[in-house]
Amino acid sequence: MAEEMKSKEPLFSPKNKKLLTTPLGRENPITVQVLGICSALAVTAKLEPSVVMTLSVIAVMAVGNLVISLLRKTVPPRIRIIVMLTVIASLVILVDQVLKAIAYDVSKQLSVFVGLIITNCIIMGRFEAFAMNNKPWPSLLDGIGNALGYGWILIVVGFFRELLGSGTLYGYQVIPESFYEMGYVNNGFFILPPMALIIVGAIIWVQRYRDRELIEEN
Amino acid sequence: MQELFSIFVKSIFVDNMIFAYFLGMCSYLAVSKTVETSVGLGAAVIFVLGITVPVNYLINQYILQPGALTWVSPELADVNLSFLSFILFIAVIASMVQLVEMVIEKFSPTLYASLGIFLPLIAVNCSILGGSLFMQEREYANLAEATSFGLGSGVGWYLAIVGIAAIREKIRYSNVPAPLRGLGITFIITGLMGIAFMSFMGIEL
Repeated sequence: MAEEMKSKEPLFSPKNKKLLTTPLGRENPITVQVLGICSALAVTAKLEPSVVMTLSVIAVMAVGNLVISLLRKTVPPRIRIIVMLTVIASLVILVDQVLKAIAYDVSKQLSVFVGLIITNCIIMGRFEAFAMNNKPWPSLLDGIGNALGYGWILIVVGFFRELLGSGTLYGYQVIPESFYEMGYVNNGFFILPPMALIIVGAIIWVQRYRDRELIEEN
Repeated sequence: MQELFSIFVKSIFVDNMIFAYFLGMCSYLAVSKTVETSVGLGAAVIFVLGITVPVNYLINQYILQPGALTWVSPELADVNLSFLSFILFIAVIASMVQLVEMVIEKFSPTLYASLGIFLPLIAVNCSILGGSLFMQEREYANLAEATSFGLGSGVGWYLAIVGIAAIREKIRYSNVPAPLRGLGITFIITGLMGIAFMSFMGIEL
């Protein structure tokens, strides 16, 4: 399909816009394609690491999809996985070093999870499913779209976990002191990892309730 | 000996790859529809983790750590190659997965067919790379400790996937709200199992 596109086609044709928007909803990498769950759950205890993780994944996915798409005609299919892993690993090393240089605290907080972007299946999955047989520009859009779809779930989960678990947002106190004096208590449960799963479960519930076509048989 | 056993038990229950760190969730959610395939995938993960963690331990010890290259020549004492660890670890993992794939194809074609795409995907199963990275971060003292950590994490992953598969087989007979069916309820059950596993937290062995 995308192969047939003429070079005269405007950069943001309806088809290209769709590449950017479907991953936000119906083709969401986390709630529908089941890709990239691990990191989505592990870094979301606070809003700040979720945002940093989202930005890192956007950077790696957009550039990675572009590079793979440029290489797609020269890479023999048999060795493509190794080529992909090399591309991802180099990009992730870059991101890791940049984070260490400009945001050391967050990079410590994310610990191994930046490294785990390499094995974040969302990246491999999109390389395999899209970048390998599409032109560079749509691939770039697909990369950004999917990373955004991944990111908004991360940020929503991070928002609720930080708000309900610590009463702060992005490190700032939002729940006023007077609430605590009246007996309000932070729900420590939300800081713990299992709550992330339950929140994502709830997001899936809401999404499928509103979009009935996504409901599974069993 | 006691030290090894405690690392092993700790990595199964306290630091469970799935319930404590969410590593390897993608294949965990996608392959856990029947107990049979999850047993196969779980065994493959134990095997791959049991090999790659010690191999990567050696690589870390003799190539990557600051000053690790002194065995080549004392002049290299202040060389620090640890920024290369991602690439080297993933290369070891990818080749190991290739090996496991060939072995399974030879000895159990039925298992090979039922695992399908998920066998090569072990290469990008985060629990495998995660195992190596945790090993590096926690600085285990010797090869035996690293091995028992690798095997323990594998067994923990195996238990988790077999457990969820058994629950999912049963839940087919219950009346789950339609929008929650499939993925949604699996997420929530995993969360509940995670809460149960948290009762192991803080156990000192």
